Amino acid sequence: MSLSHPAAFGAYSGTGHANGETKPRQHVLDLDDFLPSEIASVLENTRAMKEVLKRDIKKVPTLRGRVVVTLFYEASTRTRISFEEAGKVLSADVINMGGSGSSVEKGESLLNTGLTLQAMGVDILVVRHPHAGAPNFLARHLPKVSIINAGDGLHAHPTQALLDLFTVQEKLGSLAGLKIVIVGDVLHSRVARSAMWGFAKMGAKVTLCGPGTLLPLDLLRPNGHLPEGHCLASVKVDTSLDRAIEGADVVMALRLQSERQDSGFLPSMREYIRRWQVTESRVASAKPNALVMHPGPMNEGIEISSGLAHGDSSVIEEQVANGVAVRMALLYQVSTVVSQASGRLSIEQ
Amino acid sequence: MTPQSILIKGPRIIDASQGLDVVGDLLVKDGKILSVGNLIAPADIPENCRVISGDGLVACAGFIDLHCHLREPGFEYKETIATGTQAAARGGFTSLCCMPNTDPAIDNAAVVEFIKRRAADQGVVRVFPIGCVTKERKGKTLAEMEELASAGVVAFSDDGDPVYDDNLMRLALAYSQDLGLPIINHCQEHSLSRGGVMAEGWVATLLGLPGIPAAAEEAMIARDIALAELTGGRLHVAHLSTSGSVALVRQAKERGIPVTAEVCPHHLTITDQWALGGKDSKNDVAGPLSFDTSTKVYPPLRSQHDVEALVDALAEGVIDCVATDHAPHDLASKQVTYQDASFGISVLETALGSLMQLVHQDRISLSTLIERLTVGPARILGPNFAELPTLKEGTPADVVLFDPNREWRVDPREFASKGKNTPLEGTTLKGRVVATMVAGEIVFQESALTEQVS
Repeated sequence: MSLSHPAAFGAYSGTGHANGETKPRQHVLDLDDFLPSEIASVLENTRAMKEVLKRDIKKVPTLRGRVVVTLFYEASTRTRISFEEAGKVLSADVINMGGSGSSVEKGESLLNTGLTLQAMGVDILVVRHPHAGAPNFLARHLPKVSIINAGDGLHAHPTQALLDLFTVQEKLGSLAGLKIVIVGDVLHSRVARSAMWGFAKMGAKVTLCGPGTLLPLDLLRPNGHLPEGHCLASVKVDTSLDRAIEGADVVMALRLQSERQDSGFLPSMREYIRRWQVTESRVASAKPNALVMHPGPMNEGIEISSGLAHGDSSVIEEQVANGVAVRMALLYQVSTVVSQASGRLSIEQ
Repeated sequence: MTPQSILIKGPRIIDASQGLDVVGDLLVKDGKILSVGNLIAPADIPENCRVISGDGLVACAGFIDLHCHLREPGFEYKETIATGTQAAARGGFTSLCCMPNTDPAIDNAAVVEFIKRRAADQGVVRVFPIGCVTKERKGKTLAEMEELASAGVVAFSDDGDPVYDDNLMRLALAYSQDLGLPIINHCQEHSLSRGGVMAEGWVATLLGLPGIPAAAEEAMIARDIALAELTGGRLHVAHLSTSGSVALVRQAKERGIPVTAEVCPHHLTITDQWALGGKDSKNDVAGPLSFDTSTKVYPPLRSQHDVEALVDALAEGVIDCVATDHAPHDLASKQVTYQDASFGISVLETALGSLMQLVHQDRISLSTLIERLTVGPARILGPNFAELPTLKEGTPADVVLFDPNREWRVDPREFASKGKNTPLEGTTLKGRVVATMVAGEIVFQESALTEQVS
């Protein structure tokens, strides 16, 4: 299989940037099409947004007159609320729409729901869907709307990855050269996929760790997919957490769903805990100031020990707080395209 | 007044049934081949004869498709026998074997009769129904195979699904033996493929789509080969898609086990990379064009390594024939997320153009390709079908005339098929059917056809 030259990354047409020239981004579908410089600029804007959140009156007029809809086909607490908060702090009109109580329950197709929202003049659609590619599908069919992916199937969760990048950069200063260990159910994790792209693009060294049944086979046993110099070529895979965690700067535990045991991916939770739980004793062999992260929601005592989750090295609550700022930065960024597309005045304040 | 005779002047005539490859004339009269290869002098042209210029064109026996879905009865919004056979004519196919996953399924003589009558009334090419292996395609008990055979089915298959149960597959192969018809199995081990929507591999990992491992197909082919050896029944493996499957079939044939196999044009020409969008883009970055549901097909598009192995096997004859697995769908079945989309590609009208890439790239000779579209499938159907894939004098004039070098852009809106679902939309193919004839009657012709009536 032939893959692109690294220089060609992010060169899909219509959005993002082509020929290395940065254009305002209409959609945030995943981090695979972000240039490192663009990620850096989002992180920079996130810092500015974080300042806004620290103010007495958390309100700026940046997105006044913009309509943001959060369309969630899956349960969510932190992602949906943080998008809603981000939109409201920026003065957008935020409308929340879920599966139940809407025409989705009457069997309306994703396409028709999208077309309906576009016809109503929605500017930005934040979408979470259990199927991979649902945001890409909407981006293809809704030319007047900006799509932000809030998690699609096993594919991507770019806003989570960006908040992880921001959190690590804020705590450790720089991302380049850091050793990031992501442990758990990598196979079923959109967080791991997006984080892998994000950290690798920023020069960090990612190790994916977990049971052989929960690691994608083609990562576990690379088959010449990746040419020299491909940013993902630096990603390592290891089934031993004890080995992987040595010298790590960041340890990120992924949520392990209990149905993985029922469907045979694991012999038992007990064995998983014994081999892959992120614990104080395991983190002791990481770097002294190593960060412990979790995208939430946590199963304390399964993928992460309770003491560690709430201990000094944990930045889990900061991840959540930074999530609001990152989503503000992204809403702001795509809104500059929305204003051009709809012929409105630019929102430069 | 319809001319009684048709003369095609000067095409390259390739008849795989007799190893013929000459530039000459082809004369058809009263539905039969009258003369092949000989130059017909103006004085010898029959009265009221339509004369078509074959300059730069290839004439060969009409293509035979062992595997397509005509959707009627039951799914007429996806395809009908009328539209499906028109699509066939446009693609150069003069005979179609249609799969029994209709509603009701083709598991009794009445449905066979319905399809034959409908084909006679509304079809423009020959239609041969395939009967179910099991009642209602449910995989529980054998269908009344002898009744189906007497009614005129040409093979048995539960296509769309495999025959999952090991012992039932054994019984099917054993029971059908004296009927002389093959069992066509769609090989896919359910416990391995469950929930998968594309080939397991790097692209599926990038896109976060559940994958179908090659082993799902190979495990069942290995089982079926063992059962064919055990029973002596005739096994035909539908749509091979992996290099491992090729190895299994090759080995079985070397051991003399009665097994044949087919491959689809898409598995010979495009890869899972196409699911990333941008057609054959070398990019590995997803975008709005990614998750292109027109690439969702069962078995899934696989890697370039598999494509190479399949092409080699077709050229060598390890794979006996090309079959389209034409699977037309309505727009609503494809304008959804990748996971929700129906499996299948509308193939009949792009098959030749796709396959000609292999000829233009010198991967397979034109005469071999034609063999795999004519003689190959007819041999699997049995000796009763020997007159279809030939241009021998006196046989029914099922003929296709095509331009091997004509470039054209695929626009599904021009399809006769109701199924506009093709990943090839917007791509350029080289090789196009100019006219198709069934029993001496022209059932499709390009408007640009050069002709005169003498």
